[in-house]
Amino acid sequence: MSKEKLVEIINLKKYFHVGRNEVLKAVDDVTFEIRRGETLGLVGESGCGKTTCGRTILGIYNSTDGQVLYNGQNVHKMSSSEKVKFKKGAQIIFQDPYASLDPRMTIGEIIAEGIDVHFKLKESERIARIDDLLEKVGMNSDFRSRFPHELSGGQRQRIGIARALAVEPDFIVCDEPISALDVSIQAQIVNLLIKLQNQLGLTYLFIAHDLSMVKHISDRVGVMYLGSLVEITESQELYRKPLHPYTKSLISAIPIPDPKVEEERQRIKLEGEVPSPINTPPGCKFVKRCSYAMDICGKVSPELKEVEKDHFVACHLYK
Amino acid sequence: METAFRPVAVENKEKEVIARESVSYWKDAWRRLKTNKVAIVAIFILATIVIMTIIGPSISGHDYKEINSSMINQRPSVEHWFGTDALGRDIFSRVWQGGRISMIIGLTGALIATVVGSIYGSIAAYFGGRVDTIMMRIVEILISLPYLILVILISIILDSRSIGTMLLALTLAGWCGIARLVRGQMLQLKQQEFIMAAEALGVKPWKIIVKHLIPNCLGIIIVAISFDVPGYIFAEAFLSYIGLGIQPPGTSWGALASAAQQTFIFHPYQLFFPALMIGLTMLSFTLLGDGLRDALDPKLRQ
Amino acid sequence: MSSILEVKDLKVSFKTYAGEVKAVRGVSFDLKKGETLAIVGESGCGKTVTAKAILRLLKEPPAIIKEGSQIIFNGENVLKMNKKRLQHFRGGDISMIFQDPMTSLNPTMTIGNQIAESLIIHKKIKKKQAINEAIRLLEIVNIPNAKERIKSYPHQLSGGMRQRVMIAIALSCSPKILIADEPTTALDVTIQAQIIELLNELKREFNTSVVIVTHDLGVVANFADRVQVMYAGHVIETGNKYEIFYESKHPYTWALLNSVPRLDIECKAELHPLKGTPPDLILPLEGCPFASRCEYAMEICLEKKPEETSITDSHRVSCWLQDPRAPKVERPINLGGTTNE
Repeated sequence: MSKEKLVEIINLKKYFHVGRNEVLKAVDDVTFEIRRGETLGLVGESGCGKTTCGRTILGIYNSTDGQVLYNGQNVHKMSSSEKVKFKKGAQIIFQDPYASLDPRMTIGEIIAEGIDVHFKLKESERIARIDDLLEKVGMNSDFRSRFPHELSGGQRQRIGIARALAVEPDFIVCDEPISALDVSIQAQIVNLLIKLQNQLGLTYLFIAHDLSMVKHISDRVGVMYLGSLVEITESQELYRKPLHPYTKSLISAIPIPDPKVEEERQRIKLEGEVPSPINTPPGCKFVKRCSYAMDICGKVSPELKEVEKDHFVACHLYK
Repeated sequence: METAFRPVAVENKEKEVIARESVSYWKDAWRRLKTNKVAIVAIFILATIVIMTIIGPSISGHDYKEINSSMINQRPSVEHWFGTDALGRDIFSRVWQGGRISMIIGLTGALIATVVGSIYGSIAAYFGGRVDTIMMRIVEILISLPYLILVILISIILDSRSIGTMLLALTLAGWCGIARLVRGQMLQLKQQEFIMAAEALGVKPWKIIVKHLIPNCLGIIIVAISFDVPGYIFAEAFLSYIGLGIQPPGTSWGALASAAQQTFIFHPYQLFFPALMIGLTMLSFTLLGDGLRDALDPKLRQ
Repeated sequence: MSSILEVKDLKVSFKTYAGEVKAVRGVSFDLKKGETLAIVGESGCGKTVTAKAILRLLKEPPAIIKEGSQIIFNGENVLKMNKKRLQHFRGGDISMIFQDPMTSLNPTMTIGNQIAESLIIHKKIKKKQAINEAIRLLEIVNIPNAKERIKSYPHQLSGGMRQRVMIAIALSCSPKILIADEPTTALDVTIQAQIIELLNELKREFNTSVVIVTHDLGVVANFADRVQVMYAGHVIETGNKYEIFYESKHPYTWALLNSVPRLDIECKAELHPLKGTPPDLILPLEGCPFASRCEYAMEICLEKKPEETSITDSHRVSCWLQDPRAPKVERPINLGGTTNE
C-alpha cells in the first residue's frame, strides 16, 4: 500500500455553542492522515466526536479551526466549482438506513441523484448506470422502482452505498454504517465494503463504536475520547499493544464470543462514565477515570507523539 | 441416500430478493384511508354536496333569483322541495347556489393560504438564521391581529363586498398557521440524513427544496387543507351572517341563515336547510381531515 | 434444580394491515432456579416478543396469544391470571428491564419516587420506609452518593446510570425472575461491561433466574448458562453455552458465530455472513424456516419442518442434518476466521 496521503487533517477543531458561555468541543485539535487505498478506522464511545469529525472532514460542517486537505487542497476554503469536484471525489455513507433515504423517492431516483448532478447522461444510459450500481451492491434491477420502506435495513444500507458510489468517489466516510444492523447483516455489509474497496481502489474512513469490527476492516485505527484523538496505529498493533490507558480499558471491556476465553479474562475496570464534553477543563480529558493519572495530567493536555514506528499516542506516560 | 436428502442448490442466494408487492406511499395511504369507514362516509357526503352545488340550482325548475310574491314562506312541498322564503324564492335552488359560493370560498381560501403559507414557511426554514427570525416575527404580528377587525377594515378600504374582497380579507392572515406548520416540519426534515446526503452529493439548494423537502411535507399540508376548509366556510358564513359578506341577490349559506333568522319561530325550515349544510360540510371536512392524518402520518407506518 | 418457569408451545401473532404476522411460532423452554438463559437471534426473530409475552406485556390486540399456548410460573398459568394477580405478578414475581432506559422511566418523577412507588404497591410499606429502601437499592446497584441521587430526574442521569436505576426498580421486590431485553445494546462498551458485571453480582447474591434477550454473542459467552437460538419465530437450537459455542449443530448457529469478527484473533480473513434476508413473517412458511438461506439445504428441508432432536440432556436442535439419512456435514466453525488467507 502506498504511503501517499489522500486526506490530511491538521489541528482540526469543531466547537458548538450550546448556550451562553457553554462550548461543546466536539472535535478538539485532532491531527491525522488518511492514506490512499487504506481503511482508517475511527472508534470511540458515543459523544466522543467521531461522527462530527467525519462530517467536518467532508465539509458538511464548517470547521472552527484547523485544516482538512484533500489532495493537498483545503476543503473548507474551496471555490464553488472546486467544491462540486470535491463532492464528486468524497462521499459519505450514513448510520441510519431508515433516515438516510428519502421515503418519497424510488430507489432508482435516490441512486440517480448524484449521477444527475455530476454526469450528463441519456435516459437509457442513466438506467443502465443505475442497474450497474445495483448489481455492484448485490441487488437486481427489480429494486429500481421500489420505495425505501419496502426494503430491509441491510438492503437499504446497500442502496446508501450505491448512492455514494454513483459519483465515482475515491474517498468514502463510512459513518457507523453497520451499527443499526443485525450481526449477520453487518458481516454482509462489511464484506461488500471490502470487495468494493478492492475493485475500485477506494479509501475509507470507517467510523464505528464496535472495535472488533473496526479492527477487522481497518488497516489502521484511531481511538477518540471526548473530542481528542488519543491513539492511532496499525490495527493488529492496537490490539496487541495498546498504549493509552483508555484504549487498554476499551479493549478489555469488549466481550469475546467464546465462553472459555471469557472465563479466563481479566478485565481492567473503568470506573465512572464519560464526562460531559461541555466546557471541559484543561489537561488530559481522561484524567478523572485514569488509574495512572499524574500531576501533570490535570494541567497540560498531552500531545500526540510517535512513540514507536507508526504508533502515535497522546499520553504523558510515554515520553 | 434417499432423494429427499439430496442437497439442493438454492438459487439466488447471492442476490437480495423482495417478497412483497410494491406499494408507493400514496397507494399505501389510500389503502389505509379506505379502511376508515368514517372518512369514507365523509368523502361520500362531501362529494354529494359538491355535485349538488353544481347541478342543484338548475334541477328544481326555479331560478334562485326568481321572486314569486304569491308563493311566500311556503313549507317544503312537491313544488318547492325545501319551501320558499319571504320573497317567494325557491330555497332548494338558493341553498345550492349559496353552497357554490361557500364552497368556492372555503376551497380557494384554504388553497391560497396553503400555497402562500408553504412558500413562506419553506423559505424561512431553508435559509434559517436571521431570515427565519424576521419572517417568523412578522407571522406572529399578523396572527395577533384580531381578524374581524382586519376584515372590516379591508371591506371599508376597498369599499367592496365581493367574493374577491372576502377571500383577500380571510387569507390575509390565514396563511400564518400553515407557514408555521410547514416551517416546523421542514426544520425537522433538514436535520434528516437524506438531506445531508443530497448536500454531500452536491445537489443544488432549490432542488433539495423541490425534490426532498416539499414532497415530504405534502402529507401534513393535505391534512392542514382539509382542516382549514371548514374554518373558511364558517368564517364566510359568520361574516355574511353579520352582514359583512355576500350581498343580495347573491347568496351563501351564511347569508341564507341570516335572512331566515328573523322569521325563525314561524318558518324554522328556512334556517334548517342552510344550517344543516354548513354543519354537514364542516363535520365532513373535519372527519376527513382526521382520517387523512391517520392515513398519512409516517409515524403510524410499519 | 426445579423449573421455575415453563413456556409451552407459545404462539403469538400480530394483526396488521398487510395480514397476520406470526411472530412466535410454537416456542417451548423452561428456566431453572438461579439459571441464566440467553435468547439470541436477529431482530424480528421473535425473541423480544417471547420475553414480553411472559409478562403479558403485549398489547392485545394487535397481538394475539394463540390458543394452546402455556406459560407456567411456579405451577400457575400466567395466561389465565386475572388483572389483580397479574399486577402483583409483574414486578413482584418477575420483573423486566428494557433496552432504552430513558423511555421506560417516567420523566416527571424523581428516581427515588419511582423506586418507592413500586415498593409501596408490592410490599405495602410506608412512604418513608420506601424511600430508605430506595436508597439501599441504589447503593446495591453501585450508584454513588445515593442519598442525593434519589432526588434527580431521569434526564439528569447518563444512560448507564438510568439502566442502573431500572435494575434497582426491577430488583425492588426481590423478584424470582429477571427478564432483561437487550439491557446493554444502547450503552457504550465500557458501560456495558459495568452493567454486565453488576448483573453478574446480583445474580450471585440473590440467586435470581435471568432471561436475557440479546444479539451480542460476547455478552452471551460472558453472562449466560444456557443459550436458546431463535430464527423466524422458532427455537432452532438450545443447549448450555459450551454446547452452543463449541458443539453447535445447526447451520444458523454456525452462521451466527461465524459472522462476528473476534477481537482476540489476528487475521483478516473474510467474514462468513449469511446470504439474503430473514423470511417475511406474513407469508406462509413451509419446511424449515432457515432453508432458503441454508448452505446445506436439502429437498426435504423445503417441504417438511424438522423435528427436534436431543443430542444430550440439555442440547436440542431442529435440523434435518441430524437425520441418519442425511449427509454428514462438518461443523465449519473457525471462530472468527482462525484459518489464514
